[in-house]
Amino acid sequence: MFPSLTRIPGDLFPDFEALQRQVEQLLGAPSWPSSIRAANRGAFPALNMGVTGDTIELYAFAPGLDPAKISVELEKGLLVISGERASELPEESDKVTVYAAERFSGSFKRAISLPEDADPGRVQATYRDGVLKVVVAKRESAKPRRVEVREATV
Amino acid sequence: MDIKRTALDRQGQANDAPALVPSVDIVEDQNGITLKADLPGVSKETLSIDVDGDTLTVEGAVALGESKELRALYAEVRVARYRRSFVLGRDLDTERIEASMRNGVLTLNVPKREHAKPRRIAVKAE
Repeated sequence: MFPSLTRIPGDLFPDFEALQRQVEQLLGAPSWPSSIRAANRGAFPALNMGVTGDTIELYAFAPGLDPAKISVELEKGLLVISGERASELPEESDKVTVYAAERFSGSFKRAISLPEDADPGRVQATYRDGVLKVVVAKRESAKPRRVEVREATV
Repeated sequence: MDIKRTALDRQGQANDAPALVPSVDIVEDQNGITLKADLPGVSKETLSIDVDGDTLTVEGAVALGESKELRALYAEVRVARYRRSFVLGRDLDTERIEASMRNGVLTLNVPKREHAKPRRIAVKAE
C-alpha cells in the first residue's frame, strides 16, 4: 500500500531477508555498513523514513500505545522516540495458559539521525492505527528552488 | 467487525502476495482463547478475518496515507501487508468469534463451545 516507502534498491522479498539473517548468523556480522543506530532487526518500534519536497517523514510502527505517553525528542539532528508498552499477558495459573508471548513489552528507545536539512523548530507528531508519524519540515533554504537565468547586463 | 466464513479465495491469488507475520499473544482460559496481534498501520477497514473450516486467517493491509511523492530513505518495514493463520480446535466456537481493533492491535476472542468447557465429573461410589 505504500510503494514509495518500499521501493528501495536491493529490496526483493522478505524471504530474502530471512536468508540474509541466516547468512549473518553463519558468518557473523555483516560486512557492509549499516546505520550505527539501526540496532538489530526486530527492534521495537520498526522505523521507516522518507522525504518529500518540503518534509522529512518518519513512521514508527508502535501499536498499542497511549499517544500521550510517547516521547518524541529532537536534538542536534537526532530524532529519539521512547516510551513504554506494558505487558497485557495475564498471570499463568492452572486455569490460564499462555501459548504465545511474542508481542513486545517493556520500555523502548529508538533514535534515527535526520537529514541535514531538517528544521528542528517545525516538527509535528500524530498517532493513528498504531503508527506514530513524525513530520519534520525542511529548512526553507534547503527546499528545491527554481533559479531564474537572466541575461547578463554588463 | 465483519468475520467472513468463506471457502473461496483459497486458490492463491491474494495469499501468494508476500506478507509479514504479525507478533501475537495467545492466552487460553476457561471461557476460550484470546489472541492479540500487532498490526500497526492496519485499520478496521483494511483488516480481514476469515474462518474457513477450522482455519482462522488474519490479514491486513498497511495504509499510512502518505503522500505520493514520498521517497524512501530508510525502511525496516518493507512489506505493506500482514498475514497469519491458525488452526482452531473443534472445541472452539467459530460462530461466536469477537474481534476489536484499537491502536493497531487486534483482539480476538474465540469462545469454547458450551460442551467443551471444563466440567467436574462426579465419581459415584458403587
